[in-house]
Amino acid sequence: MKTLFREFAKGIIRENPTFVLALGLCPTLAVSVSVSNAIGMGCASTFVIVFSNIMVASIKKTIPDKIRIPCFIVVIATFVTITEMALKAYFPPLNRALGIYVPLIVVNCIVLGRAEAFASKNRVIASLFDGIGMGIGFTLALILISAIREMLGAGKLFGLTVFPGFEPALAIGMPSGALLIIGLLLGFFNMLKERAK
Amino acid sequence: MNATQFLVIFISNIFIYNVILSRFLGLCSFIAISKETKPALAMSFAVLFVTTMSSVITWAIYRFLLIPFDMTYLRTISFILVIAAFVQLVEMVIRKAAPALYRFFGIYLPLITCNCAVLGVAVLNTDMFFGAETPALASFVYSAFQGFCVGLGYMLAMLLMSAIRERLETCDIPKAMKDFPIGFVIASIMSMAFMGFNGFRF
Repeated sequence: MKTLFREFAKGIIRENPTFVLALGLCPTLAVSVSVSNAIGMGCASTFVIVFSNIMVASIKKTIPDKIRIPCFIVVIATFVTITEMALKAYFPPLNRALGIYVPLIVVNCIVLGRAEAFASKNRVIASLFDGIGMGIGFTLALILISAIREMLGAGKLFGLTVFPGFEPALAIGMPSGALLIIGLLLGFFNMLKERAK
Repeated sequence: MNATQFLVIFISNIFIYNVILSRFLGLCSFIAISKETKPALAMSFAVLFVTTMSSVITWAIYRFLLIPFDMTYLRTISFILVIAAFVQLVEMVIRKAAPALYRFFGIYLPLITCNCAVLGVAVLNTDMFFGAETPALASFVYSAFQGFCVGLGYMLAMLLMSAIRERLETCDIPKAMKDFPIGFVIASIMSMAFMGFNGFRF
């Protein structure tokens, strides 16, 4: 039980996929304009990570070693397609807001990275917890970035005004703001890591 | 098909919606490989080639397989597989036919499979050029041209970035900001400069 909890907890802070491993940055930057988009993207990615981890862990013995990467990609693409169809059917506004970044979850390095580095070597239950932890870590990172961007770039949070009379810095809501915020946050987390040593 | 449309695709993909600085596709390779100009150039040529060719291939898949059989929901899975297989094939051909070119590309060619720019441009093409009003030939030419222009945009950003980062080697940067973080800050400033192109209206 204890090890399972460790697998779960490591993804959130110690091996956070975004800030520590610097994986899957493309969707992180693109959808972090508003917190609600970020949560949608985080949930969609978590779903894909968890189920592809389970699937890969359960079929790892039957996959020949040489073609394992294409096999993983097929598994991942299947779950991404399920997510895409579900989003289209039940959350059309979110689907429109996320746009092409929903199919692009396939090439998110976090998903393939977890399949290759963890699920293909561990048991199903451990992979399930690893997937949930990584998914939540990714979602939290997205929420952090998007909260900063939405507050500074639009003066709002979840579409509600936070600081009345605050003149929003439009550039933060633009692509350049996303790059700036992620750069500074990565630097900040590096500094924390140095301190902790 | 008209000339204005080509100009629009050209300008918007290279400058206004630059694949890296505005659409955030292919960021991982952009930050990881832009430390020196030579590998950056090799990677950009590989991306340029693959985006163009995969635009052509995915157009054919979409037009002749997925639409007639009403299976457009299989877009993601079929595109990524075809791209992966294509990149593998190109790698094998180049290794056999042109060893010098193979050494130039090095490890960057296989890496492209997981570059979101390639899948991204294929998905964008199907979203943009498969409306009822676009004739088949035009949609084919636009798709291929868009793939090419996205590759060019990638190359432009990559070359600018690697040139800046080569100079940066001699600068005194705080330890925590080295490599990735400072790379993102520079990319942010470049992106701000590219925002100036937003004023273009056609």
